[in-house]
Amino acid sequence: MAMMAVGAPTTLVHLSGVDLLIIAIYFLLVLGIGFYLKKFAKTGEDFFLAGREMTAWVAGLAFVSANLGSLELLGWAGNAYQYGIMAAHWYWIGAIPAMVFLGLVMMPFYYISKTHSVPGYLKLRYGTEASALSAVTFAFMTILMSGVNMYAMAVVMEVVLGWSLHFSIIVSSLTVGVYVAAGGLFSAIFNEVLQFFLIWFGALLIPILGLVETGGWSGMVARIHHNFPGQDFTHMWGPMSSASHNPMGVHWIAIVFGLGASVSMGYWTTDFLVVQRVLSARDVRSAKLAPIIGSFFKMAVPLIVILPGLLGRAVLPFHLVPANVAQPGQFKFDDVLPLMLARYCGPGLLGLGITALIAGFMAGMAGNVSAFATVWTYDIYRPYMRKDAPDAHYVSMGRWSTIIGLFVSIGTAYLVQYNKSMMDYVQALFGFFIAPLFGTVVLGMLWKRVSRMGGFWGLLAGVLTSITVFLLMKFDPSWVKVFAFSPLAQPLAQAMWQALWASVTCVVVTVLVTLVTKPKPDEELKGLVYALTEVPREEHASWLHRPVIWGVAALAILVVLQIIFW
Amino acid sequence: MIEKRQIIPVWFFVGLLLQVYGVLILASGLAHWSHPPGGVELSNLHAPVWWGALLIVLGVIYCAKYYPRGET
Repeated sequence: MAMMAVGAPTTLVHLSGVDLLIIAIYFLLVLGIGFYLKKFAKTGEDFFLAGREMTAWVAGLAFVSANLGSLELLGWAGNAYQYGIMAAHWYWIGAIPAMVFLGLVMMPFYYISKTHSVPGYLKLRYGTEASALSAVTFAFMTILMSGVNMYAMAVVMEVVLGWSLHFSIIVSSLTVGVYVAAGGLFSAIFNEVLQFFLIWFGALLIPILGLVETGGWSGMVARIHHNFPGQDFTHMWGPMSSASHNPMGVHWIAIVFGLGASVSMGYWTTDFLVVQRVLSARDVRSAKLAPIIGSFFKMAVPLIVILPGLLGRAVLPFHLVPANVAQPGQFKFDDVLPLMLARYCGPGLLGLGITALIAGFMAGMAGNVSAFATVWTYDIYRPYMRKDAPDAHYVSMGRWSTIIGLFVSIGTAYLVQYNKSMMDYVQALFGFFIAPLFGTVVLGMLWKRVSRMGGFWGLLAGVLTSITVFLLMKFDPSWVKVFAFSPLAQPLAQAMWQALWASVTCVVVTVLVTLVTKPKPDEELKGLVYALTEVPREEHASWLHRPVIWGVAALAILVVLQIIFW
Repeated sequence: MIEKRQIIPVWFFVGLLLQVYGVLILASGLAHWSHPPGGVELSNLHAPVWWGALLIVLGVIYCAKYYPRGET
């Protein structure tokens, strides 16, 4: 086998000349595209929103690709190995309803308000307090996440290919810096679409050949039962009647309300990194369709992420272990995807798979720095430092902030190297703001009474609740039973309950403060809230071009999938 | 109103990449036809050959459909 035998401390895979050539071609192409697109990124609208001229398909693929980074691919394949098909909840109920909701309900407001960002919308709807809180925290978190992505890529490349940490960090940051600084969001979106194809063609052979080897789905299930008797890895809802019946220690309430209604809604509808891709659409109908198109592809991603994890349980001749107990020579859960890649892919195909992983990491970095450059320039620099500069000045600031953001990311990557636990904290930090932000944005869109101070204090209270619940459960496990209703709740389950508590607090505080404070006048809310905005309908479009038809179709397929894998 | 610009569609770059990768993977598969690389499961199915061919076909379709026709 191309992968190493247990006990041999070398790399997971060995690349041949053709594999290296495939990787080199990818780097040359993305740099070439960056230089080509530079001449089109002249105005602020071009650089930060790709000229708002992307079709629904391009915006939709970029939207879903921005979340299809390699950290997610490796991590969720590892989660599928660890927890079984339950991990698919994060791709189905944990994504599809939120994507459809974004397209049909929220996108018209983001688009019609002509905002450049989510903090930009908050400024229009609530004023500077909520916007500044959201912008500063988002910019800070985004740049830290970019560093985490960079470090994670360097570690994976070191483990999988034996490349040095410094080499991976320097090559990836230089490439991302050049192409994003040159073409702005144009470059980021073009590369996300390329990455989408690379990931699918690089990983799709794993489930195809895996199912051939096991004799189809039933053969795979039989092998898993044989290898792990008495454990259920192939049902999604059945084992969730009680936290004690599944390895995640999660109850269905946490999945439906914590994941489906809080985390997922927060991430897919208010995380500017993904929303920015849809804002680049060329008209309102495209902006509504883009996340719905993305939802169909998102529904299919478990095929190349979850299924390889399950197949790993069925065919690998050794057991993978958690990262914190892995001994030299043992493989971790997160190694399952590269291991399966090496199992089925020889020279050429291996290069394609590794290129897909590299592309995923670089797209993750590019997504973060392009979102950072936009929020920094439009929501921090322009309102608080230099208000009335010419457009060219802000484009130049966008380019410089991309470069500076990458340097800060490199610093973060090295900081994480010396303080590994920081990686967990940075990822947790990001989650603190996601769930409450959804409450603030959606209440502001749907209820015109919500006041300026209601929005600010609700958001702040939600964030503080999230941080408090996280710290209590992390440092005193006795709190897990209190907040997650079971001492068995694993970190993934705890995060869902944490989000649910944060959302509820945000909504309650927002409503209470709103009831005792003065609402904004109607004139200031036109185009920002449901009751005062004429949302364009598609009555004259054929049913094939109506977002609502496709949104309903996506939800219907989601229900069918839940029944099949119940 | 923004002037309509002639940016090469991203789908053309996708097609280009698929074609180049398809050729390299197909060639690699053919080179290893009679002596498949050791350690790769199901190498008797010659996945690189048909996967490379599929990439070439899709790449040609994308390039032909989205070939930049020049200024209009």
